[in-house]
Amino acid sequence: METRTTRITLAVCSTLVVLFLWIPLVLIALYAFNGSSIQGWPITSWTLHWFRVAWRDPDARSALWLSVRIALIVTGIALVLGTMAATAVARFRFFGRDAVSFLLVLPIALPGIITGMALNSFFVFAGIPVSMWTIVIGHSTFCVVIAYNNVVARLRRTSPSLIEASQDLGADGWQTFRFVLWPVLSTAVVAGGLLAFALSFDEVIVTTFTAGAQQTLPIFILDNLRQGQNLPVVNVVAFFVVALTVIPVALAQRVMRDTGVVRRGAAQVTEAVEAAEIPAV
Amino acid sequence: MAVDAGALAAGPPGRRARLRLSGLLWRRPWLKALGLLTPPLGAFVIVYVGALAVLFVSSFWTVNSFTAEIEHTWTLANYRQIFSSGQPYLHIAALTLEIAAAVTFTDAVLAFPLAYFMARLAGRKTRALLFVMALLPLWSSYLVRIYAWQTILSHDGAINWALNGLGLPDQNLAYTNWAMWIVFSYVWLPFMILPVYAALERIPDSYLEASADLGARGFRTFRSVILPLALPGVVAGSIFTFSLTLGDYITPLLVGGPSSQFIGNVVYDFVGINANVPFAAAFATIPMLIMGAYLLIARRLGAFEAL
Repeated sequence: METRTTRITLAVCSTLVVLFLWIPLVLIALYAFNGSSIQGWPITSWTLHWFRVAWRDPDARSALWLSVRIALIVTGIALVLGTMAATAVARFRFFGRDAVSFLLVLPIALPGIITGMALNSFFVFAGIPVSMWTIVIGHSTFCVVIAYNNVVARLRRTSPSLIEASQDLGADGWQTFRFVLWPVLSTAVVAGGLLAFALSFDEVIVTTFTAGAQQTLPIFILDNLRQGQNLPVVNVVAFFVVALTVIPVALAQRVMRDTGVVRRGAAQVTEAVEAAEIPAV
Repeated sequence: MAVDAGALAAGPPGRRARLRLSGLLWRRPWLKALGLLTPPLGAFVIVYVGALAVLFVSSFWTVNSFTAEIEHTWTLANYRQIFSSGQPYLHIAALTLEIAAAVTFTDAVLAFPLAYFMARLAGRKTRALLFVMALLPLWSSYLVRIYAWQTILSHDGAINWALNGLGLPDQNLAYTNWAMWIVFSYVWLPFMILPVYAALERIPDSYLEASADLGARGFRTFRSVILPLALPGVVAGSIFTFSLTLGDYITPLLVGGPSSQFIGNVVYDFVGINANVPFAAAFATIPMLIMGAYLLIARRLGAFEAL
């Protein structure tokens, strides 16, 4: 239907947009190997020196370790609570069901600054001192949603008669979960977990409101960027942060695709868009 | 049946109890729903909804300027201060809105050709590749992507290098509103591509054939068939680009200039440096109200079905 000119124009525009999306990421990855400590372009000399410096940097190390611990705990909480809520919302009709699903999506629909500020005044109000655990609570509010979204999307495409059949055959609740429900849900849960990890690992705005003196990795980057110091180390950290967030997401995409449960086209996009709602919290 | 019951009764006591529990939960589904929902919802309502409620209530309180203690007396003073003409707050809100609108428009224009190409022209392999190419930047660190642009826009960065290579003079884009516009458009672009793609993909080929059969040329088909059908997708994407820009304070902090304050920056400063949470809460209700109105309009335009 489209004329040849239209096709070529669209192909060229698409290529330009993809380049626009990727060139900055490639450039910032290259800066990790910059021999000079000045951030100029083009890069004139190359080195692996800053990787060694970054590895020995005590602040970067403790920030990385804190971020990993938080992300792991948050992923655990998000998976347990998100799966429970998803099972209830997908399986049962009850009073206030729509309200529940609306409530759970609230943390990603509202700007992150609102969530952050609300939690901050809540902790002040309740007299809870900020610590690693307040960051965990902050991240959990929106990471639960991503686990919930993934699992609820999968449950909607699963027939409830599977569970009835399992119970007719004499399985108890645990057996039904272990041998019937879990095989169906596992990839959605794993994908939700990977996305929740990536999300928590990368979060800045809510963290700035719920952290005290603790530096997560994004806070470490932000503090250094604001003061314009330590940039070669930040470059290396940035390189790893991109790798550590892109790899789980690429894995999650793979896991979801390989099951064949996700149909191509509309369903895949729905799931992707649902997943995509979250990261900017 | 009797045999089954006997066999069950003969099982280990733990299993018998579990089966009785399963049966009970099956007969009374609300009990199961309650059990499943209480932990997540309980935690959620206490922490999150409670926090939002505290925040909203506190916007009607004030801070005593001598003791820096919050005074729990009801007043509209914070709101009056925001709307009074001598204060910069309305100007800041206007700048935030302008940039959010400009970013939304830019992203719609950039996303459309790529989404169209993915949905209607690309083969299956190319489409899958483009899909991943559009999705991955979204997930790679938001902070790092802003930092990348800080470097690119800086005085001796890649932009000026490219301009010089073309024989053009340096542009001082860093730390301006232009820089914020570019960076926001970049950071939120994938949020626009995905829903527009989803909307375009759902248009049946037969519609376009019908349009052509009725004598419409390419542009007419685009304007009268494709655009109206893609609109819900664009509006769905704009919810993200608009709301995320409205609530951001990191980008103005890192690439904005001295006069590039956003609502978010003011809010952040009032929570942190100025220790005046009530005023911050009052100012934060502005983006909340704007987003509320925006969501209502978006729903009327069918954006929620396009998600």
